[in-house]
Amino acid sequence: MNINFIKQDKQLIVEITEEIDHHVAEKIRRKVDDEITRYMPRKTIFDFSRVTFMDSAGIGMLIGRYKMMRLIGGSLEIVNAGSTVSRILEMSGINKIIPIEKMAM
Amino acid sequence: MYDNEMKLEFLSKSSNEAFARITIAAFASQLDPTIEELADIKTAVSEAVTNCIIHGYEDAEGIIKIKARLIKNTIEIEISDTGKGIENVELARKPLYTTKANLERSGMGFTIMESFMDDVEIDSVFGLGTKIIMKKKIKKHLVELKEEEFAGLGGVG
Repeated sequence: MNINFIKQDKQLIVEITEEIDHHVAEKIRRKVDDEITRYMPRKTIFDFSRVTFMDSAGIGMLIGRYKMMRLIGGSLEIVNAGSTVSRILEMSGINKIIPIEKMAM
Repeated sequence: MYDNEMKLEFLSKSSNEAFARITIAAFASQLDPTIEELADIKTAVSEAVTNCIIHGYEDAEGIIKIKARLIKNTIEIEISDTGKGIENVELARKPLYTTKANLERSGMGFTIMESFMDDVEIDSVFGLGTKIIMKKKIKKHLVELKEEEFAGLGGVG
């Protein structure tokens, strides 16, 4: 499981180097929730520059984290999604509620 | 009648989701698909296999079977389980519909399969299991172009 966290100015950056399917999404969910509850960030940023595959399990995971950030008064952002991941994000309509940036780092 | 055929059988463990989609992608690569077409196939297989694990067997142990066939430039993928089956197929196909919202399922599985593949058939018997048959034509644009060229040539002759 390849996941890295960077904490800076109340921002939690989540770098994932893995194909995100149902198997992996469960693990990401646990680790990210753990970090969010401990650090209480104002913003959580998912960096997808090293994610080469994602299916609908990733969408469910992102919506769940979006809800969690809203609950603690923060926000969620997705950065550096490649073309394969972007197609799934757009198809799901998730881009209407979660900002997707190209290079926000 | 088929140009090539393969069968795969494995336990309904979530760690096999990657194994299944990568294996089918490797088989499909014989048709020389584009990177995008290969990603479409991988995603559709991943969705179908995940459905078998979460919905068909509800995380209990079972067997998932995949048959893939190549017919000219089309790949046909059949994914089946002998799990609990789908009570209402019409409802299951609906975008955002899920019976497992507690597991953070997005309800996008069938929508993604239908968007990424040319044809998705759902054959399910409640209590007995589900079989999904998906088809995708590879290099569609190229082939359509060729057919047009042939039609043009025919006109000249």
